Amino acid sequence: MQLMTDPATEEAQSEAPVGDEDLVEEELLVEEISIDGMCGVY
Amino acid sequence: MPVEKLTDQLKGGLDAPICLTWELTYGCNLACIHCLSSSGRRDPRELSTAEARAVIDELHDMQVFYVNIGGGEPTIRPDFYELIDYSVERGVGVKFSTNGSTITAARAARLAGSDYVDVQISIDGADEATNDAVRGRGSYAAARRAMDHLAAAGFGPFKISVVMTRQNIPQLDRFQELADGYGAQLRLTRLRPSGRGADTWAQLHPTQEQQVQLYRWLVDRPGVLTGDSFFHLSALGEPLPGLNLCGAGRVVCLIDPVGDVYACPFVLHPEFKAGSVRDPGGFTVLWRESELFTDLRRPTSAGACASCGSYDACQGGCMAAKFFTGLPLDGPDPECVMGHGEALLAGVPAGSAPAPGPGHSVPVTLSSRRR
Amino acid sequence: MTSEPFDPATRWELDPKVALRPEPFGALAYHYGTRRLTFLRSKLLADVVAGLGGYDSAGAAIEDRVPAPSRPAYERALASLARSEFIRAC
Repeated sequence: MQLMTDPATEEAQSEAPVGDEDLVEEELLVEEISIDGMCGVY
Repeated sequence: MPVEKLTDQLKGGLDAPICLTWELTYGCNLACIHCLSSSGRRDPRELSTAEARAVIDELHDMQVFYVNIGGGEPTIRPDFYELIDYSVERGVGVKFSTNGSTITAARAARLAGSDYVDVQISIDGADEATNDAVRGRGSYAAARRAMDHLAAAGFGPFKISVVMTRQNIPQLDRFQELADGYGAQLRLTRLRPSGRGADTWAQLHPTQEQQVQLYRWLVDRPGVLTGDSFFHLSALGEPLPGLNLCGAGRVVCLIDPVGDVYACPFVLHPEFKAGSVRDPGGFTVLWRESELFTDLRRPTSAGACASCGSYDACQGGCMAAKFFTGLPLDGPDPECVMGHGEALLAGVPAGSAPAPGPGHSVPVTLSSRRR
Repeated sequence: MTSEPFDPATRWELDPKVALRPEPFGALAYHYGTRRLTFLRSKLLADVVAGLGGYDSAGAAIEDRVPAPSRPAYERALASLARSEFIRAC
């Protein structure tokens, strides 16, 4: 899947899972998706 | 803790649809041969203005960001502009699709004044002959006039939307030129065997060679929109831009002109109906709790596609394409680029595929004969 | 895209044209002007973004709400949101 991720967003990864249960290594905090990439969008 | 991909979260459903389609009317002044909603005549049970406003109120409460309004030809409803104004007023942006026949210079100027209304003009040929063969005499000219008016009014980038067929795939470059000429965005979508499309799909859908040609053309032009229509082609190589998954009941759904809610606009069939906005709890309860949508949000297996290395890329293709060609939903798309769908289609007994509903087509009348 | 680099010492706020909608995984943010859609993939990030305008600086918002080891990641997340105009300096 191609997402419109800003190259710097790739860096917005949690450096350590400690302190935030929602974050794991490698997970992106911010992920942009083009609405034009959704089925049925006019 | 395993990393959950965003797409997996989307497959599990959201509190509100991201990309809701609302067909406002089954009425239409055209009779396109492949119409996904078999439109033509208004249905006497269509939502009243008050009921439509109540739907907009619900969308506001659910914090739906925008709604894709279509039909039929939505602008033939006398309350069309009242409804889109109300929608904007309530914070729900509007993207509407039209054949352009009602977009006069005055209308274009009015539309140009709104930051929250987007317009898409449908056209299915780069010239009159190709287009009108599908959409009827005069439809090309009407669409071009609408585009001229929007451009002249300074509307900004509107969308030109094309359903790809065997006949118009050779015109890809010309569609791009058409869009470039207007500063418009080109949007190509997939023909599904839905509505009137069921009758002509076998003759109209692109050949395998044309699919490959289309895929390569799209890969070279990431700016061309597809509304995630061609994710079944992603098995050919690098994925096309987009979600690359079936969003039916998970990210998207349809509200039809009589208030019935379906998983998507291409499956107007009782099997994919979640309920009606007229039921207690309205659209909100249907989106969040209907049996159909809950079912669609359960993780599925690759089924017959499990042994194919391309399943991750194509996700088994389009549910509607499979359903209306009589193929099982847990198997290949009829236009599977590996040819698995074609092989299966041969085994589907003639006439056994689910039929689209009776629809709202204007019956063809025989002219009286002169003796 | 804003040409202003993200400065955490400045006060930031959600752009008034952006709607923020809570979801099970965090939040969805939609910019009505640019038509861009972004996923905030943690509830904490959604809270930070929603509450940004109430702090004298973005840095203060992060310090107040985010555990120390995660702060650099959150600052980068805000920088990304600034670049795509979902938040603005004020």
